[in-house]
Amino acid sequence: MARRLTLWRWIVLGLAALYFLVPLGASVIFTVDVPGQGVTFDAYTKILSTDGFLTSLLLSLELAVATIAVVLLLMVPAMVALRLGAPRLRPVVEVVCSLPLVVPPIAFVAGIATVLKWGPEYLSRTPLFETFVVIQDDSFPVVLVLAYVVMALPFVYRALDAGLRAIDVRTLVEAARSCGASWPQALVRAVLPNLRGALLNAAFLTLALVLGEFTVASLLGFRPFAVWIYDVGGSQAQMSVAVSVLSLLVTWALLLALAGAGGRNRTASSRG
Amino acid sequence: MTHMTATLPETLEKAATVEFRGLRREFGTTVALDGLDLTVRPGEFLALLGPSGCGKTTALRMLAGFEHPDSGAVLVDGEDVTHVPAHRRDAGMVFQSYSLFPHLNAVDNVAFGLRMRKVRTAQRRARAAELLELVGLGDKGERYPHQLSGGQQQRIALARALALRPRVLLLDEPLSALDAKVRLTLREEIRRLQQELGITTLFVTHDQEEALSVADRVAVMRAGRLEQCAEPAELYGRPATAFVAEFVGTMSRIPGELTDGTVQVLGQRLPADGEVPDGAVDVLVRPEAVRVHPDEQGSARLVATAFLGAVVRATVRLADGTEVKADLPAHEATGLGAGTAVGVSLPERPVLVSERIQK
Repeated sequence: MARRLTLWRWIVLGLAALYFLVPLGASVIFTVDVPGQGVTFDAYTKILSTDGFLTSLLLSLELAVATIAVVLLLMVPAMVALRLGAPRLRPVVEVVCSLPLVVPPIAFVAGIATVLKWGPEYLSRTPLFETFVVIQDDSFPVVLVLAYVVMALPFVYRALDAGLRAIDVRTLVEAARSCGASWPQALVRAVLPNLRGALLNAAFLTLALVLGEFTVASLLGFRPFAVWIYDVGGSQAQMSVAVSVLSLLVTWALLLALAGAGGRNRTASSRG
Repeated sequence: MTHMTATLPETLEKAATVEFRGLRREFGTTVALDGLDLTVRPGEFLALLGPSGCGKTTALRMLAGFEHPDSGAVLVDGEDVTHVPAHRRDAGMVFQSYSLFPHLNAVDNVAFGLRMRKVRTAQRRARAAELLELVGLGDKGERYPHQLSGGQQQRIALARALALRPRVLLLDEPLSALDAKVRLTLREEIRRLQQELGITTLFVTHDQEEALSVADRVAVMRAGRLEQCAEPAELYGRPATAFVAEFVGTMSRIPGELTDGTVQVLGQRLPADGEVPDGAVDVLVRPEAVRVHPDEQGSARLVATAFLGAVVRATVRLADGTEVKADLPAHEATGLGAGTAVGVSLPERPVLVSERIQK
């Protein structure tokens, strides 16, 4: 009985591995095996010299950093306040934060595009007109940060909620307060250090989201990394796959780094 | 277990008086505090005792600055601190649940308050080490909270609460999460430390034995009000109300008839304490005041006995069905089995009476 169970486990694992590894392997082979030339890494070496690679990657990373900063500055104080002050409002906030999962990105971006078109016409004689221009600046489109903050809400909410559940926020804050810490000090010195794992999780999920986001950026006419991969794919198929494989490896490396940091955290707390 | 030899004489200079004046607080429809008046003397160890929901924790949290009264005032040394924020209250607090900062080791936990006050690193580490020595954990400074036992964590929390030399020490059921043996040793250490430092201390507990054994005075609370505030011996021996009598220690009710300040009970006529109109009353008696002797003609029957070491606690059913608890010296109890006919009597002393409770 037990042996048959083990056998089944191996079969399931094998099937799952095939499902994930075959397309991945095929991609890698496609990029290195050029018909008539044998194995070559030209596709990868060409990436660096291709026009737009560095600018689009940098843009994506900048957007990611800005999004992480904004969403954490927004959500951490909000969720701590929610836990301490109004625990009964939690379901409401949870639903609001989950809405972006329900609204498809295509509907979301259609709404944004409409506002961006309507706004400048209507506000052309006010200083807000300038605002509309600035947030659509090609070198750093603030409007994308705003959109990504909304899209990251469900992930950030869940990551932070899990982290806050694991600690007794009220007691930590009160202990810090009775030790002479003001409200901001209590938050920064007593609560945040114990949310390290949750903050890392939230940051990573947001990073992955921003690096891979295509719909909103493309339809608003900006050119971060995902859009650039798509554009390149039209003309240079081999290289676009090479870039995809590369971005997958980068994402994995970030995930492993996070798992390493989070893992240390877990072993530390499980000993208690 | 550990001995606390180090002393901190500088804390002695400023023991504070604490006053609660007409504190009132409602949470929705429940009244947590209903006009609480209480004064804690300088250097006194006062226990706030009461059943859960009586408002004792709310009162303590108001002194700490975590709750605010709807009306009334909190005074420390005659100065109104009702609207002073918690971090400027100058009150050290030990919490019920383990409240150490999980990301800091013992020394840094104790030094946390000093860091908030911008004390220099070397100075605050020295002070923290001194305090850890005081609570008997001088060798555990580098440990993190999860590497320490519950009792050790509460000692460090105590050291942390004392680090800023507070004027008042607040203890919110600090022993209730610990096992029985640790609880006993730690409460004795808290008491010794409090006496050494001479710091005004408020200790919230629902355990009457704990309150009676460590406190200078015990304030019994009920439904947001003070029932009685007295020294442990007086509280036990001369409870002011029936509630205090039954909450503190064990108390049996025996039916009696009150006329002209004396009460007819168990065939005896005894002087009565307590403001109750004449007529049918209950006489409240402690188990150690009830005498039980074997008596073939007795109308009472022994129902059960429980061996408690020096004494045997006997449960006796009177002719009218009332059950009375009585403590007998262990040697007298031999030969008294369940079902024995016994006689019950009270010593010739004034007894506490209260209104008859219908069963």
